[in-house]
Amino acid sequence: MKTIKEINAKIGRGDAVAVTAEEIIDLVAKKGVRKVAREVDVVTTATFGPMCSSGVYFNIGHSKPRIKLGGGSCTVNDVPVYAAFGAVDVFLGAAAVPDDDPRNKVFPGEFKYGGGHVIQELAAGKDIRLECSAYGTDCYPRRKLETLLNIRDLNEAVLFNMRNCYQNYNVAVNLSGKTVFTYMGMLKPRLGNANYSSAGQLSPLLKDPYYRTIGIGTRIFLGGGIGYIAWNGTQHNPCAERGRNGIPLGGAGTLAVIGDLKQMSPEWLVGTSMAGYGVTLSVGIGVPIPVLDEEVVRRAAVTDAEIYAPVVDYGRDYPQRSSRIIAEVSYAELRSGSIKLRGRTVPTGSLSSYARARKIAVLLKTRIEEGEFFLTEPSAALPGAESGYKVKPLNERLYKKE
Amino acid sequence: MISRKVVLHFPRKLVEQPIVFKLVKDYGLNFNILKAYVTPDEEGLMVLELSGEEPAFEKGLHYLKSCGVKIQPLSQDVVRNEERCTDCGVCVPLCPAGALLPDKKSREIVFFEDKCIACGVCVRICPFKAMEVRF
Repeated sequence: MKTIKEINAKIGRGDAVAVTAEEIIDLVAKKGVRKVAREVDVVTTATFGPMCSSGVYFNIGHSKPRIKLGGGSCTVNDVPVYAAFGAVDVFLGAAAVPDDDPRNKVFPGEFKYGGGHVIQELAAGKDIRLECSAYGTDCYPRRKLETLLNIRDLNEAVLFNMRNCYQNYNVAVNLSGKTVFTYMGMLKPRLGNANYSSAGQLSPLLKDPYYRTIGIGTRIFLGGGIGYIAWNGTQHNPCAERGRNGIPLGGAGTLAVIGDLKQMSPEWLVGTSMAGYGVTLSVGIGVPIPVLDEEVVRRAAVTDAEIYAPVVDYGRDYPQRSSRIIAEVSYAELRSGSIKLRGRTVPTGSLSSYARARKIAVLLKTRIEEGEFFLTEPSAALPGAESGYKVKPLNERLYKKE
Repeated sequence: MISRKVVLHFPRKLVEQPIVFKLVKDYGLNFNILKAYVTPDEEGLMVLELSGEEPAFEKGLHYLKSCGVKIQPLSQDVVRNEERCTDCGVCVPLCPAGALLPDKKSREIVFFEDKCIACGVCVRICPFKAMEVRF
């Protein structure tokens, strides 16, 4: 038994032992759970993939004379930002696209540039163009503002993501007769390909399936800098069905995360264009798991072969919110390059980058071993598997039109 | 036997001549058309996999050049921007030529230029705009 306090003391002395969630698999196979629990202090997990509910809020500082953007309109590099707060606070969403983008008018749209790309450019230290119009008040008389902005001049620039790090995810296929363009990529008709999106055995919530150590307040690697888990993510669904090993058999827990964009880097926050779907941001996240006891080790040593994902038809079922699951396949099968479905060999593709997730896990491990990254005690637990907390679909109700 | 993928640029004046037919008839070369188009005011472009016996193959290429056809090896035309690629692998099952494959060990996506047929599907679907075709 170890405490987070003791682990932090070791990190401070520079003699903490950290391994990645991949390395611990071989280590346990070689030495056994007991020995590993004694020798290892931290397991680093990570993921890198498109996370559409990402955004950045920032404060541009007061102009002279003053302007109140709240209630007015505002764009950065022609991408609309949400200006409905105090005078000079705005929120830029990863999925925003310029007003004059043709979107899907000529299908499939390219979605070359949008919020995700602006966020990457901000993180890279590039100047961006801000254009605003406001209605003017006695205290904020100005009605127009056009200026270049740079992240170093902003008072705050904060990455906030209300849902990411999905604990497991669908494998998308297309049973229909025509190609579809989805957030899971291009899916060729009649089981032409199968796309998945999880770091599997490296993914944070798959390695701590009951959120024992990962909670609100956990310090994490976010986009290259330091971030924190702010809350459970939207659509958090901890009571989802789980396998005998406790691992959810489909999308379950999610995280909301927050961190200082000024510390982050364009390598780990990447503007992303999904043909026919839209713009988003790919985000790199790393979460440390403190080795408190053998139980933590056992959970963290689960392999791709023991983690199963549901195969869902995005041709017809998903758009119609049908919950049919065609098959269950393991991440080991998915990573082999093809899966067997209905007697056919279907090639697989991944949206999340395993290579990058691995790099993040190694980076975080190094930062911990070099005494640069300390662990935190969660301030509160995430709603867990026994909480009864569930994701709900929308129940539409009609209202009278006057 | 030699087999190579080449990009042929036909100047406007040659667009109406049966040049590929001559490659077959006079030089005994085999061809597989991977891509072909004629733009209204520019030129014709054809991506071919050409194969044939050593001396005839070279003679055939020489014939093309003598007609004024510009020849480029295909591999120069499809480029991956290494900085933009995040090694996700969404392109892997869509590449009809098997030119984009994950390395089993590093998990990075390897681009085999010699296998590429320049169909352009990766260019369209790469979420990071890492693939470019330059004809």
